[in-house]
Amino acid sequence: MNTSLLTQLIVNGLIVGTLYGVVAMCFVLIYKSTRIVNFAQGEFLLIGAWTCWALLVKFAVPFWLGFPLTLAFMVLFGILLQIVVLRPMIGEPIISVIMVTIGLSMFFQALMGWIFGTFARPFPEVFSTANVTFLGLQIQTAYIMSLIISVVVMAGFYLFFRYSRMGLAMRATAYDQQVAQSLGISVKTVFAVAWAISAVVSALAGVVVAMVSGVSSALSFFGIKVFPAVILGGLDSIVGAVVGGLIVGVLENSAEFVDSQWLHVGNLYTIAPFYALVIILMIRPYGLFGTKDIERI
Amino acid sequence: MALGTSLRPCGDYRTDYAADTTIFETPAIRYVAVLTVILLLCAPFFCNRYILNLAIQIGTYGIAALGLNLVVGFTGQISLGHAAFFGFGAFASAWLNNRFGVPVFFAIPLAGLLTMAVGLLFGVPAGRIKGLYLAIATLAAQFILEDFFARAEWFTGGSSGAMAAPFTLFGTALNTDKTYFYVVLVYVVVLYLFASNLLRSRDGRALVAVRDHYLSAEIMGINLAWYRILSFGLSAAYAGIGGALFGHYLGFVSAEGFTILVSIQFLGMIIIGGLGSIAGSLLGTAFMVLLPEVMQGAVGLFGQKSPAMIQGLAYLKEMAIGLAIILFLIFEPDGLAHRWRRIRTYWKLYPFSY
Repeated sequence: MNTSLLTQLIVNGLIVGTLYGVVAMCFVLIYKSTRIVNFAQGEFLLIGAWTCWALLVKFAVPFWLGFPLTLAFMVLFGILLQIVVLRPMIGEPIISVIMVTIGLSMFFQALMGWIFGTFARPFPEVFSTANVTFLGLQIQTAYIMSLIISVVVMAGFYLFFRYSRMGLAMRATAYDQQVAQSLGISVKTVFAVAWAISAVVSALAGVVVAMVSGVSSALSFFGIKVFPAVILGGLDSIVGAVVGGLIVGVLENSAEFVDSQWLHVGNLYTIAPFYALVIILMIRPYGLFGTKDIERI
Repeated sequence: MALGTSLRPCGDYRTDYAADTTIFETPAIRYVAVLTVILLLCAPFFCNRYILNLAIQIGTYGIAALGLNLVVGFTGQISLGHAAFFGFGAFASAWLNNRFGVPVFFAIPLAGLLTMAVGLLFGVPAGRIKGLYLAIATLAAQFILEDFFARAEWFTGGSSGAMAAPFTLFGTALNTDKTYFYVVLVYVVVLYLFASNLLRSRDGRALVAVRDHYLSAEIMGINLAWYRILSFGLSAAYAGIGGALFGHYLGFVSAEGFTILVSIQFLGMIIIGGLGSIAGSLLGTAFMVLLPEVMQGAVGLFGQKSPAMIQGLAYLKEMAIGLAIILFLIFEPDGLAHRWRRIRTYWKLYPFSY
């Protein structure tokens, strides 16, 4: 048994897991406040990463300027998307809502492929040192930064929902849209803000992942990986999303370890979370922290 | 979801249940349907290979799309893994033929039954969960089956794929576009009639009841879990037969043809055609198969000067499909079948609006 490999993989898993957690949080944010399941979450990462890449490489904008510009672009993008595409979907059956986001995902993935090509492009160097050794483990600087960013984002989410006026309005809307509306909360604004936040934070995660492994269409697979995480944690729980993300990250990497050491079946890394997903759905469909659906007649 | 009221002209009353549950709504529709089949029977004599190829594609995909419509449009469950069942049927038929020497004629329906078994298995979660959770469970099924295709070399030939023998009947191989067209046509007619008949039966009405309000359906004594799982099994059987026909047409089955993108296309077909409409399934499939061809033609016409258009053709096709799904959902959520009914009623009742 190779212990150092195992520790390395688990540390990697935790770090990737926090990223999954951040993306899952964005997903849950949209689901909680607008009841829309966003299958295009992965494309937010993709669009954010490509935008940042284009700004830095094609237009030679320095990172400290290009990065905020990307985020500003994503705010506009998220709000526009909500107004143009998602708003007409309010009150439509769930299959329509799901299919609209799937259509969006397909459209943007192809659009990005058309503009930027299929090949992975390396992200320009942002940090001078590529690796740091910590407790005998090799960790990439971008990973450390991603860990810090993720934790900051999570703390930001917590503070935003706990103390800000908008956060309170969003929680109220998530709880009951009609009541929130009758209390004078603009549900339209809440929806737009939810999409904007989700797009921005996803783009942030996208840029972080791109720094490590380059920009390519593989980024959008994050959007699919989010499902095991959110189902595990519970669809409408932000804490659950973080915990679910961590578990999925660790699960993936331990599956990789088991696979490489004993089983040698290959590809267990990508498929293990889906087996976990099916099992959870059978045992506890509302997840670890989610609220159980109770229907009244 | 789908239209509860059919747009019959006023004055056309039904006085008994038998009249209300005919397969074809009006005699005119019946004549048109029979005429279409007769015309299609003559089609191979005056159509070229390109058109026949498209027609065969529409037929095979159309069978699978109808299966998906049974589960999504009629039972109200969501399946994101239909392409995996389609692929399973293709592999199963090729496997039965290659491994056990089952003639292709029998291998296709047998593959349908095998796929039905797999569908019933993956439908078990549907007995317990619904809506969004079910969508995600079927998404997982898609990835698990895709992984299985890549891994199970004894069944699928692994990454190199499997050969599928041509369809033979009494010793003659029906392997040209002209002859295979008839095979597909027979399957399309039989399976579409079967589905239309199913919906007139007790089981078919139970499926629709589950869609419309599952709690009321349960209170009326409909076994929810059973009908949900049954609809998954049926839809998988349709997908399996469609996939098997597709596999024997191409002569080669490989796992790349059954990705999540194809599942999305199947969903696009039934949304564009009309959820809960049998004829709509075929209309939507025709739309989805012809759209990339139209894109190709458009790029050929207008995109001569820009190499970016020609290089990005594959992406443009995908974008067109995604965009078509979004636009239909926003502007015509009931699909082409509904649009067609409206046009028909408009002309029939002209100059009055109802």
